[in-house]
Amino acid sequence: MKILVCITHVPDTTSKINFVEGNSKLDTTNMQFIIGPYDDYALARGVELRDALGGTLTVLNVGTAETEPTLRKALAIGADDAIRIDAEPTDAFFVSEQIAEVAKKHNYDLILMGRESSDYNGGQVHGMVGEMLGIPSLSPVMKLDIEGSTAKMAREIEGGKEYLEANLPLVLGVQEPIAEWKIPNMKGIMTARKKPLEVIQPANPTQYTQPQQYELPAAKGACKMIAPEEAEKLIELLKTEAKVL
Amino acid sequence: MSVLVFVEVADGEVKGSSLEAVGYGAEVAKQQGTTATAIVLGTSIAADKLAALGKYGAAKVLHVADEKLNNGVIQAYVQVLAQAFEQTGAKILIVAKSSLSDAVTARLSVRLKASLASNVTDLPSTNGGFTVKKSVFTGKAFQTISLANENKIIALKKSAFSPVDSGSPAPVETFSASLSDADFGVKITKTDKITGELLLTEADLVVSGGRGLKGPENWGVILDLAKALNAATGCSKPVSDLDWRPHHEHVGQTGVKVAPNLYVAVGISGAIQHLAGVSSSKCIVVINKDPEAPFFKAADYGIVGDAFEILPKLTAAAQKLK
Ligand SMILES: Cc1cc2nc3c(=O)[nH]c(=O)nc-3n(C[C@H](O)[C@H](O)[C@H](O)COP(=O)(O)OP(=O)(O)OC[C@H]3O[C@@H](n4cnc5c(N)ncnc54)[C@H](O)[C@@H]3O)c2cc1C
Repeated sequence: MKILVCITHVPDTTSKINFVEGNSKLDTTNMQFIIGPYDDYALARGVELRDALGGTLTVLNVGTAETEPTLRKALAIGADDAIRIDAEPTDAFFVSEQIAEVAKKHNYDLILMGRESSDYNGGQVHGMVGEMLGIPSLSPVMKLDIEGSTAKMAREIEGGKEYLEANLPLVLGVQEPIAEWKIPNMKGIMTARKKPLEVIQPANPTQYTQPQQYELPAAKGACKMIAPEEAEKLIELLKTEAKVL
Repeated sequence: MSVLVFVEVADGEVKGSSLEAVGYGAEVAKQQGTTATAIVLGTSIAADKLAALGKYGAAKVLHVADEKLNNGVIQAYVQVLAQAFEQTGAKILIVAKSSLSDAVTARLSVRLKASLASNVTDLPSTNGGFTVKKSVFTGKAFQTISLANENKIIALKKSAFSPVDSGSPAPVETFSASLSDADFGVKITKTDKITGELLLTEADLVVSGGRGLKGPENWGVILDLAKALNAATGCSKPVSDLDWRPHHEHVGQTGVKVAPNLYVAVGISGAIQHLAGVSSSKCIVVINKDPEAPFFKAADYGIVGDAFEILPKLTAAAQKLK
């Protein structure tokens, strides 16, 4: 079993978002970066499957040198080796092409990643990679078991779940509760330093979209408090003042 | 050239978010000096409901009446939509953002060499180029991006556009797509889906409960208020992690993102990861016994008090409205 897990390097979910340089760039001053929360689920399930079935698990990120601590963390969690494609991840198409190029050389049985990144929330890379490789892609997958060359999965649909079966190879965008997030232990952190991390140059830099400007949402007005003994007044206000009922 | 709009069906009805996409598609078509064609897949919808898409702005409706498409089979949907896009000579595809359309549009972007923007919140700007505004950082910011390729795909964020029921029914034409067995290589073995209940992602009103409710046996107060308001129900992550409520109700950064007119949060502290999933709501009500709960900072209306005392009062008042 050869597994590839693609991870993003994103601001911690508690980060305050601000922009600099005429609202053209994210302000990363004092910002903590983490493995994308959905990608962390992909990694956790990938490690479990590799441990159960044998084989290798490679973790990949398209990003500049500053994402290496994030890749090392993934190695500490249990990936066997890492690949960093040395480029700014400018849009989903660009990132997908880089991943697909690597995947074409290595013939992975399973390519896992989060259903979406928590920065640009595109939810597009798994589908694009699947199309580029000519293999099926599914998302959001919340349960994954492998039996021989068949993947048995559950995918979240609006208001429920759909159970699916497909032959490998596959590209999956995943979400909870596919596995529990894993925290690296001391041994993992020590061995991660020695695991191979290959840096490769990007191929065919093509972009389908061109980012321009950011803006922040309008500030929220003050919260109107209603005394608990007059709770029923709220319903009246929602009807006449907020006009949402 | 026309604008193609992919319309999703749930429980035999056109999804509300797809009506928004049709209305939005009609506006985009107007900007481009053309008309919008809607396309519906599967046989789970009645003919009059197809024609009714005309009232929201579709000039024509294409119907792919193949029952194999009643479930959202991703690779088969990609085939059908790619063929329809090419045969109608469309340059722009509009969809409502959903877990199905995310999966389908990503593949279509590659196949059609189309610039793809997801979570779009406004009509495109066409002054010297083609740019759209989209929501990024899970609701914490917006970004304007340019879609330079000749073909374009826009996935509209829920509630970003209000469709108006004005025009008249549209002609419905059958569209036959050529599909092979390979397009159905992924087998759907079973579907577990609530029926006859409001879908959280589609609802205009949502009542959501957190760990403050103490246990699943206490959910009656939430369900009663939701019923009185005709609202869908949601929950915080620990609540679905603990299996008090089903996973598809989990709202937030790692769950469902909602954008209803009204979001009522009961016994939810308002962690930043929860707020990320609700920040696009028009009006937020917070009910929490702790006056310091961070959620109040993101709220329009708040009540400090015990949920078990306050909710029955709200339910009674909501029932009187009817
Ligand atoms: C990477 C990451 C992603 C996450 N994603 C999500 C996500 O998508 N969605 C999500 O919800 N969380 C998410 N979380 C978890 C989040 O940080 C919080 O832990 C969670 O939202 C807390 O849920 P809660 O408000 O229900 O529970 P608590 O924080 O325990 O709050 C319970 C609240 O109930 C109030 N209360 C208690 N009793 C009563 C009563 N009788 N009447 C009224 N109020 C009462 C309390 O005052 C308190 O404010 C994520 C965390 C991480 C690290």
